[in-house]
Order: sequence, then structure tokens, then C-alpha cells
Amino acid sequence: MSFEVDVGRRLGDADIRLCFTAGAGLTALFGPSGAGKSSVLNMVAGLLEPDRGRIAVAGDTLFDAAHGIDLPPERRRAGYVFQDGRLFPHKRVRANLAYGERLADPARRWIGFDETVDFLGIAALLDRWPRSLSGGEAQRVAIGRALLSAPRFLLMDEPLASLDAPRRGEIMTVIERIRDELAIPILYVSHDRAEVERLATTIVAMG
Amino acid sequence: MLLSPDEWEILRLSLKVSAVAVCLCLPIAFGLAWILARGRFPGKILLDALVHLPLVVPPVVVGWLLLLAFGTNGPAGRWFEHWLGISFMFRWTGAALAAAVMALPLMVRAMRLSIEAVDRRLEGAARTLGAGRWLTFLTITLPLSLPGVVAGAVLGFARSIGEFGATITFVSNIPGETRTLPLAIYGALQVPGEESVVTRLAILSVLLSLAALVASEALSRRAGRGGHVL
Repeated sequence: MSFEVDVGRRLGDADIRLCFTAGAGLTALFGPSGAGKSSVLNMVAGLLEPDRGRIAVAGDTLFDAAHGIDLPPERRRAGYVFQDGRLFPHKRVRANLAYGERLADPARRWIGFDETVDFLGIAALLDRWPRSLSGGEAQRVAIGRALLSAPRFLLMDEPLASLDAPRRGEIMTVIERIRDELAIPILYVSHDRAEVERLATTIVAMG
Repeated sequence: MLLSPDEWEILRLSLKVSAVAVCLCLPIAFGLAWILARGRFPGKILLDALVHLPLVVPPVVVGWLLLLAFGTNGPAGRWFEHWLGISFMFRWTGAALAAAVMALPLMVRAMRLSIEAVDRRLEGAARTLGAGRWLTFLTITLPLSLPGVVAGAVLGFARSIGEFGATITFVSNIPGETRTLPLAIYGALQVPGEESVVTRLAILSVLLSLAALVASEALSRRAGRGGHVL
């Protein structure tokens, strides 16, 4: 199994609980806003600690409350693409892309810098500051930054939400190619049915 | 040059005292700013108030408290004398200490604001990309809060250059040791016929403060060229 998730966490008044397993390809967490989909991604990434449960990816346990296992985010090898891109504003595009690549174990890198830049078509953006990028450009750079950190799996939190229709189609094509050509498991959050139906290998309903 | 040897001496001492005060304060101020911006603990309000105390207490009182603590018979004074061989009484080191204490609240305020302005979600992004806590601090938090750190340092420097009350109370007005610009101006005002000295020193201190502010503006613009606003 690519993803084995069984977690619970109390956040304010909401009690988020989710249990699913999923195989290869793109697994979509689908549900209305406020159902706790992003919180589940944060728990898988290690940014939010579940109150109870277990998280394993590709057979490796990342979190297990019963056995006191809780890998810090930097050791989970998650390539996280955030809804708002979340590029580092004080670094140019090139340095943003290289940030995770330089920290990754060279033996574990599975895609090169130039290859990533070609794959995403962002060669012309390398010397730009994040502030000067459009939403679609920023999201492609964010995807590249995640791919270059030698991740075992990708987490995508509504990566199309802040884009206009033509850009959405463009980024969706990129995500399909990552799913099919790079064959890396993806956990994908969305509240858009059409998007999920087009991209998902497995759909997990939430909320 | 334009300045007399005595004026050079005063200027040199002022710069030395202020530079040492700011260097002494920087790590302490940043640590306090960090604790106040990010920490959650009982007594935080009290620590906040303590840090701000030199801003609101009469400088004379701060000088007197320093005298009690760091004087020849004060507990802190004896400790420094015994373990580090540093004495503060009637020395430029005392002037630097007084300037540092008075500059601390201003520096903490500027740094705290800039640490609070750092988007913590960027730190989360850095962690998922493989950076541990310390590396995340060095590569994300520190650079993003740098404009505030620079602004705080320059503010502290300007405040130190202007420090008067706590200094004269704590370490008196001794030429070559504790007679910084404001103390020299005050001294000259006490002597009839020294108006021209007062004018020259006053112009000097205005120019110095102006240079500090221009330098801070230039530095924070350079640090901020990546596009983030303080």
C-alpha cells in the first residue's frame, strides 16, 4: 500500500478522524471546505501531530501513537505542494528550487535540476523573485521545489484553487504527467468534483 | 581636519561606547525578542514589562540601580571583577553598560515585531523540504527578520550615542573614559564662554544621528530587495 492512514485529532470544536488505505497513483481526499482535509495532509507531512492513530507510506511508519513513533517533517521525505505555493520570498526561483535538493541525500535524488526545469517549463523564471510570478508560474515552481527534494511521495493541497481556468488546465496536465510518468504516490486534497474525477486513481470522501 | 584633538577623542569614545553597547545587546535583545514573540509561558507579561522598564523609568533611576548592582560593592560588580577582571566604575565599560541597558527595550521591540511578521507557514515548508529546526531558523526565519534586526541595531546605536542620564549617574563625567558627546556638551554648557564648543559638538551629534538613520534605511532596503516588506 502507498498510503495507510488512520488518524484522529481534535482541533478546536472539530474532531477530525480519517481511516483509509490507498495504492499507487493519485489518491484524492475529497470533501467540502472545513472537513479537515488540509489537516490530514499536515499530519502526514508531520506539521500537525495527531492525537492518536498511525500513518505509514510505502510500508514505512511515519507516525504511530501506540509505539511512540513521530518522525519530524524533515525526515519524512514528503514533497508538499501548498495551496498558496509558499515560495520563500527572500530567495530567487533558482534558490527556491535548490533549497530541498541541496538538503536531500544525493543517492536518493531521482530527478535532476535541469530535468525538472524542462519538465515544468520554468527555465525562463529561474532568475525571477517569487513576488513577480503569476499564480500558475508560482505553482509550477512550488511543484518543482517539492520534486527536487527527493520525496518518496507528494502531498498536494488544492494546488489549483488560486488559479484561473486556463492555468488550472495547464497545471492539471502537469499533475497528470507526474502521476503517470514519474510514478510517485500522490495524496491530493480538493473540494472540486470535476478535478478529482479527472485526476484521481482512488477517491477518499471526507466530511 | 575640522575637529580638534579633544573633539576627536570625544567622538571616538562615543562611537566605541555605542558600538560595544550594541554588540553586547544584539544577541540578548534577539533572544528576548524571540522569547516574547514565540514563547508561551506564565510570567511572559512580567518579562515584557521588565524589558521595557528602562524606556519608562527616569534614566537617573536606572543609573542608580546600575550603581547598586554593578558598583564596586554591588553583587554583579564584584562577580565581574572577580571572574572576568572587568570593572565598570568610572570606566568606559560602565558607559557602554549603561547605554546597552537603555538601548535594550528599543532593540527588543524592533526585533520582536519583525520576528512576529515572519510567516510561520514558510518555516513549515522548509521543514518538509528537509531542513531541521536550526537550519530552518538560519535560512528562513533569520533572513526574513533581518530588516527588523538591522533597524533595531541602528535604533539602539542612535539611542546609545544620545545616552546621558544613566551614564552620568552611574559612571560620572570623566574625560577620555566616560565623557561621550552628550556629556561633553553638558560639561561645556557649565563653563562660561564655551558656546562655540557646544555648537560644534551639537552639530556633530546631529550629523552622527542622521548618518545612522540613513545607513539603517539603506541596509534594510538592501535586505528587503527580495520583495518582503517589514
